[in-house]
Amino acid sequence: MPEMTYAAAVRSAMEWEMAKDPRVFVMGEDIGVYGGAFGVTMGMVDRFGKDRVRDTPIAEEGIVGAGIGAALVGMRPIVEMQFSDFIMNAMDQVVNQAAKIHFMFGGRMSVPLVIRGPAGAGTGAAAQHSQSLEAWFHHVPGLKVVMPAFPDDARGLLLTAIRDPNPVLFYEHKLLYKIKGEVTESDEGVPLGRGLIRRYGTHATVVTYSLMVHRVLEAALQLEQKGWDVEVIDLRSLVPMDIPLVIESVKRTGRLAICHEAVGRGGIGGEIAARILESEAFDYLEAPLLRITGLNTPVPYSPPLESAFMPSVDRIAQSLATWLVHEGVSA
Amino acid sequence: MQQIENTTTPITTATALDWYRTMHRIRRFDETIDELFAQGKVHGTTHLYIGEEAVATGVIATLEPGDVITSTHRGHGHNIALGGDIQAMMAELLGRATGYCHGVGGSMHIADQSRGNLGANGIVGAGLPIAVGAALGFAMRHESHLVVAFTGDGALNEGAFHEAANLAAIWRLPVVFVVENNQYGMSGSVKEMFAIGHLADRAAGYGIPATMVDGMDIFSVWETASRAVEAVRKGQGPHLIEAVTYRYKGHSKSDANRYRSRDEIQQWRQRDPIDHLRRYLADQGIDPTELDRIRQEEVQAVAQALQYAEDSPWPEVRMLDDAVYALEEGDHA
Repeated sequence: MPEMTYAAAVRSAMEWEMAKDPRVFVMGEDIGVYGGAFGVTMGMVDRFGKDRVRDTPIAEEGIVGAGIGAALVGMRPIVEMQFSDFIMNAMDQVVNQAAKIHFMFGGRMSVPLVIRGPAGAGTGAAAQHSQSLEAWFHHVPGLKVVMPAFPDDARGLLLTAIRDPNPVLFYEHKLLYKIKGEVTESDEGVPLGRGLIRRYGTHATVVTYSLMVHRVLEAALQLEQKGWDVEVIDLRSLVPMDIPLVIESVKRTGRLAICHEAVGRGGIGGEIAARILESEAFDYLEAPLLRITGLNTPVPYSPPLESAFMPSVDRIAQSLATWLVHEGVSA
Repeated sequence: MQQIENTTTPITTATALDWYRTMHRIRRFDETIDELFAQGKVHGTTHLYIGEEAVATGVIATLEPGDVITSTHRGHGHNIALGGDIQAMMAELLGRATGYCHGVGGSMHIADQSRGNLGANGIVGAGLPIAVGAALGFAMRHESHLVVAFTGDGALNEGAFHEAANLAAIWRLPVVFVVENNQYGMSGSVKEMFAIGHLADRAAGYGIPATMVDGMDIFSVWETASRAVEAVRKGQGPHLIEAVTYRYKGHSKSDANRYRSRDEIQQWRQRDPIDHLRRYLADQGIDPTELDRIRQEEVQAVAQALQYAEDSPWPEVRMLDDAVYALEEGDHA
């Protein structure tokens, strides 16, 4: 299996599907010769031409809407948002149009559209270019939301997203673009809605996704040195969400922690918590649950402030350790 | 309104009679909806096309199979002009399982892909980028189909119009923007909400050719649309038509018409598009009883549609379980 970066894996999925399916094309701002703000589409225009690797004006509402229209006449568009924050300019098309067309027209039509773009903090891009707003879209029936943490998942999940007949928001974390990993270059997609246990453990279950998978795994190593053994679940997609996997894990560990970079208030963590409290796993809980999240502020600019905003490996390890000690879990 | 073109084109009597029938079907359908709302028989809201029938009928008469439209919140007329099923429309408005959308959508959400209607839209202007995307799909596949993007005057002040018009222009896409200027966006008069006299003038800023037309005269609408459609189909890029028209009824059921006078409504009614066509047909020697018969048949057809809708079952709540997401591609049998 070749090793490639996360960005290359995203590109590999698009190229694979474009080579195979003439209906697939990608459009967005500066994705052609420029190669995209983060280089994800680098070189694609040379292979597929300007028609299918289409530079657009700075017009997010227009291009998301155009993606929907093309999907309605049988194309399979991928729309790149230069920063996922810019989806705000296209909210009507995402929420009132793409999400609802299948439903409100009585199932007569569907919108096979992928909107992909970089999310997350850590690059000093400040408040309007660093957000993780997945919870907003998780809240809207009709959308699917995918947030891969590793290159092989980025490729496999994007293949599946492109083939999905529904609109999918595909969030790529900026700090993951350069990480490398082995990637299977096959036609097989990774199914949406299946999480993975990245690390088995007995003392607690930590549910996470995207960049935070890496930080939680590192924190788990720190805890291991202190004698605690935590299980780490990578959700991979938020809609659909693999709640059965979390339930099964919590029944074994008896404790649930949730970690995400997004602002804690109204975040995915609350939803996961509620789903577990409603489930049979409730009877197995031995401790109050713990959320480790971004601060309830916009993302700040200055490096020490930005670092404080995001859950760091140390903050995650410390939060988990404090929690486990408080709950009397002996290491 | 001296800017408005008014030319006469030879139209066969059979075609004109078809238009007459379609316009009556649209009018009777929306009159019936109006009555049903007044009687409290349907809930929600609705937007009636009464007065504007010549626009949808004349424009859609120029389309060919495979062409598509995007419609607006005032969309009943567009779907009927496309040959849409008025039984399924009526059932949808009454919220029945046999409706176009199984009762999920209602008045503002009727689509009929089989006839080329990509959907009405409850959000002003939102159909315009979607229309552009459909045209992009046709262009990328080198198909000769085109898209008619119906819109009201109000949508021209939405950002969506700006982005859609620019995309269509730079990519020279096969889109005909048809602006149904019915003089008001809800209560906002075009005189107050635009600093330009003719909405068609906006098109110049995008490099899009535009034509104004008397939207109460179906012959002018048809001729203007025919020319636009011909140019667009040849690959000359998008075109914008401003059809000057008028909605007789209020914006929606909450409208008490406080922003306009009875005189104004009356003056426009004197230019009624159906009366105009009827006079033409009478001049062509069509027996008035024949015209009355056509009207009566459409009254009957709408009455039957209402009966069908009222006899139809309500949707089962459990249908919602599977209604939100489309199945995986392979699952479509």
